[in-house]
This record gives sequence, structure tokens and C-alpha cells, in this order.
Amino acid sequence: MSENKMKDVTYRSPDERLAEKKSKYTPKYIFLNGVLFENPALRLVLGTCPLLAVTISAKSSLFMGLAVLFVLTASEAIISLLRNVIPNKVRIPAFITIIATFVTIVQMTISAYLPALNESLGIYIPLIVVNCILLARAETFASKQKVLPSILDGFSMGVGFTLALLLMGTIREILGCGTFFDMQLPLFGTVFEPMMFFMLPPGGFFVFGICICLVQIIMKKQEKHTSSKEPSPCGTSSSSDCLSCAGCSLCKGKEE
Amino acid sequence: MKLQVSHSPHVRDKATTQSIMLDVIIALLPATIAGWYYFGIRAVLVTMVSVASCVIFEYLSRRVMKRNNTISDLSAVVTGLLLAMNLPVSIPIYMVVIGAAFAIVVVKQMFGGIGNNFVNPAIAARIFLVIAFPKAMTSWVVRVGEWYSLKSVDAVSSATPLTQIKAPDAPSLWKLFIGDKAGCIGEVCILALLIGAVYLMVRHVIRPWIPMAYIGTFFLLVFFFGHSNVFNFSGDLLTSQGWADLFHESLYMLLSGGLILGAFFMATDYVTSPLTTKGKLLFGMGCGILTFLIRYYGNMAEGVSFSIILMNILTPHIDDWTMGKPFGEVKENAKV
Repeated sequence: MSENKMKDVTYRSPDERLAEKKSKYTPKYIFLNGVLFENPALRLVLGTCPLLAVTISAKSSLFMGLAVLFVLTASEAIISLLRNVIPNKVRIPAFITIIATFVTIVQMTISAYLPALNESLGIYIPLIVVNCILLARAETFASKQKVLPSILDGFSMGVGFTLALLLMGTIREILGCGTFFDMQLPLFGTVFEPMMFFMLPPGGFFVFGICICLVQIIMKKQEKHTSSKEPSPCGTSSSSDCLSCAGCSLCKGKEE
Repeated sequence: MKLQVSHSPHVRDKATTQSIMLDVIIALLPATIAGWYYFGIRAVLVTMVSVASCVIFEYLSRRVMKRNNTISDLSAVVTGLLLAMNLPVSIPIYMVVIGAAFAIVVVKQMFGGIGNNFVNPAIAARIFLVIAFPKAMTSWVVRVGEWYSLKSVDAVSSATPLTQIKAPDAPSLWKLFIGDKAGCIGEVCILALLIGAVYLMVRHVIRPWIPMAYIGTFFLLVFFFGHSNVFNFSGDLLTSQGWADLFHESLYMLLSGGLILGAFFMATDYVTSPLTTKGKLLFGMGCGILTFLIRYYGNMAEGVSFSIILMNILTPHIDDWTMGKPFGEVKENAKV
């Protein structure tokens, strides 16, 4: 990804941003937002529990990511379709029900066709229901935007999550097991002993921290290009705006 | 008489980071050389690789992070030396390099370099290696054959004295004291470690509070709550053998493993230990209690490194808690 491209879609001066407020959610912006700027795992630090648990191998990471990708896209589409029907007071139960439907579909499919995988992912597939990424996107995006942008948002967030999982899973599997997608790599196991550390929870946190650090370095380099950056009222120095910031209520009336 | 007005600091000292680190290196040398004597030339190789890779990683990471170069303050040499002293002699060389990289790059430089590391780099690297390579880090060897033998396979593997106390071939206290036992390179010779510790205290590099509290707490806990403790003691106190039996287990536990090395050289690290005397005592007692709990109730034989790293993490809170109040300070909520 060239730097110019990224510069094109985000980091405008405040005036420019205000002017483009209405046309902000371009497909390109939504996609890059999900994959990089607001990567759910490495930028928003959401869904950490399955992230640390399933990334012990690249294979389980990939399938976990794909499951989340499917559920996210489908549930955002349905939620967006029903956004004017769902009463505001019961929106959370409604979102959860819709998400749970798709999670059940995924789980039944996996247990029917990939029983081994089902066993290795274990509880983490049903737990997608309460994954905060899904709720966050449903609450902040799908319930406010039209159907097509919502589908794209769900897809790109899912891709971002899958890429993050895959990155961590690859690092942990290669260093911890000496394999990649269950293939034995040369050198590991003969010359180098695989490091148990990366298979254990501390190794998970360690790799997680390093990955967040790497993405942070990329974003810092981006931020250098923009000299005047308006600080967001909620105090987060997020490079993008309030799309899914936790302190959303703080910004009300200031951003809109 | 001429009166001079100047701003603080008014008391100056010639000590620099470099001179303190040099003192620590000098203090560590007797134990290192004793380790070389007991484990042969491979121990020299492990030490050299550890020190060299620590210095190289320090240089490279400062370079990459575009910070000024700090290898001349010798802190990386101390870290490398301490790391090597905490490794078994039979460890594969590439693991030493990985440990050095973890100590310097991750624990030290990623947190801002000397003075900013949140735990002791050498201990963190040791724990990383213990978790990453449990087998290589707990295979102890006793050297047999010539001292210049470079191969670790010439050695006979042995249990660490910590797990041996009940065994009939457990080393005597004297052997534990002079270092003729299995263990890490730098932890075996208690005599040499004590010489180094006395040197550090004479030079005022370290204060005795942390080691005193650490060793004292641990000793008392083993004495009162060990396996053959004072309560289930059945010997005859009228004979000298009875007295020896009474103190055998606590002294045995004191002299085996890395307790002395940890208490004098790693728990006293300036950056990661409390500033106040009260805090230092608390820190040492915490280390002693944790070491006792891990050695007696944990599933690991050695608990020194884990206890020190846990107390390292608590250090800022201990400091907050024990920091003295400036004279004349009024409490925030005090009634006026």
C-alpha cells in the first residue's frame, strides 16, 4: 500500500473534513478504515479474548477470522436493513439475537463439515455472539448507515480482524511450534528448538503487544504528514474520527 | 569569607553510571571465575557470548531507535554478565543470544533504555528462557573430565541441589558453600558471591537492607515452616549434631539455587528496587516470602527469579507507600 493512497483517503485538515462530512463514507475509506485505521484487533483492541486464545496456530486463526468475517458482514446487513424498525430501547437485545442467529449457522456448519476444527476452536465460536467487535459495529455503524456501506464495513472489519489474527497466529506458530499451517519448516526442530513461550498466554500477550506496536509505528509515520490535527474531544488521539470510539457520548454535539 | 550562592544540587559525588557499573562487574568477577573453574571452558564461552551479544544489541537498538549511544556506561555488560551467571552451562549458544536480545531490546530499550526498564532485564531474560526452553534451562550438569573440554555432552547430568535435599547423595553444606554442585554458572560459588557482595557494600554501591530482609525472611520461613521445621524437630539439642540438624534444612535451602546471587546482585538493582529504607525492607521481605512459597508449594524448583520480578513490578507502589513526607507538609484534607 503506497503512502500517497492512504494520505488520500484520510487525514484532512479540519475544514476539509467538515466540508466532506457528508461524502466521508466512501467505499475506499470504509475499507481502509476496517483493515488499517480502525483495525478492530490492533487499533481498537476489541475481541482480545478469542484473539489471544485461538492464535496458537495459523490455521485456527484463519478459520476464526473467517467465521467472524461472515457473522459480521451478514449481521451488519440485517441490522442495517432493520435499523428503522428496531425500537431504540431494545436495540441491544435485537442486535444480539441477529448476531446469535448467524453464529449458530456458522457453528452448525463447522461442526457438521469440520469437526476437528470445531474441537480446536471450542467455545470461541459460540462466544462470537458476545464479541465486542460485532456489537461495536452494529451500534456505531450498521444501525445508522445504509445497507451497502454496512455490508462493506462488516466485510472490511472482518478482513482487518482476520489479517490481525493471521499475523499473530503465523508468528506464534512459527516461533512456538516450528510449523506453518501444520507444515514443518526447515531449521526449526533440528537446529532451533521451538520456543514454548509463544504457545503460552504470556507469549500471546507479547506478540499482541509487538503487533500493536508495529501498527502504531505505521500510523505514526502517517501522522507526520499531517501537521495540524484536531484533537478529538474525548481525548483519544485516534487518527480517524468517532466512528467507533468508546467515549462516544463525550463527542455528541461537537462532532455532528 | 566569600559566600557563594548556587542552585541545587549542592552535594556532588564523583560516582557515575559507568563507575558504579564497573564496581558491579568487579564484584561479579569472583563468582564468574569460580563458575568457569567448576564448569570448564564452555562456561567462558557462554559468558563471552552473553556479554558480547548484550553490548551489540544495545548498540543496534539505540542506533535503530535513533537515540544516543549508551554502551559506554557498561550497563549492557552487567546485564550480559548477570544473564550468563543465570544460565546452565549446557545451554545451546543460540539460546544465549535470544536471551540477550530479549533482555536488551524488549525489556530495556523498548521501555526507554537504562533507568526506564520496569523489571531487571537479566531476570526477565532468564524467565523468558525458562518458559521458552524449559528443558534446556533445567538440565544441570556437573563437569567431568578436563576443564578445557568444550562439549557439554562430556558432562554428567544431575539434579539441582534444590530437588536433592532428601536424596542420599545430596551435597554437604560445605560443598554448597564453595560451589562444588550443579547449578547455573554464576550461582554455585556462594563464597565468591559473598566476597563480591562485601566489595559492593564497602564501596557503598548497594545497601544491605534488601539482601538482609530477603535472606532473613527466607531463612526464618524455612526454619519455622519448612519440611523438617522446628515444630516437628526430633533431634537432641544437647549434642552438636542436634544443633546441626536443626539448622540443616534452612542453611541448605539458603546455599542452594540462586538465592545469594539474586539477593545481592539482582534484587538490589537501582532502577527496579524501592528508594526508601522501609521500602527496601518490604521489598526484601516480599522476595523472601515469594521465594519460599514457590520453592515449597509451587511446581518449580527455583523461585528466586520469579519472586524478584514480581516484586520489581510492585516497586512503584512500595515507593508510593513508603515515601517520606516533606517537612511541614499539610495533608490535603486536613482541617484548617
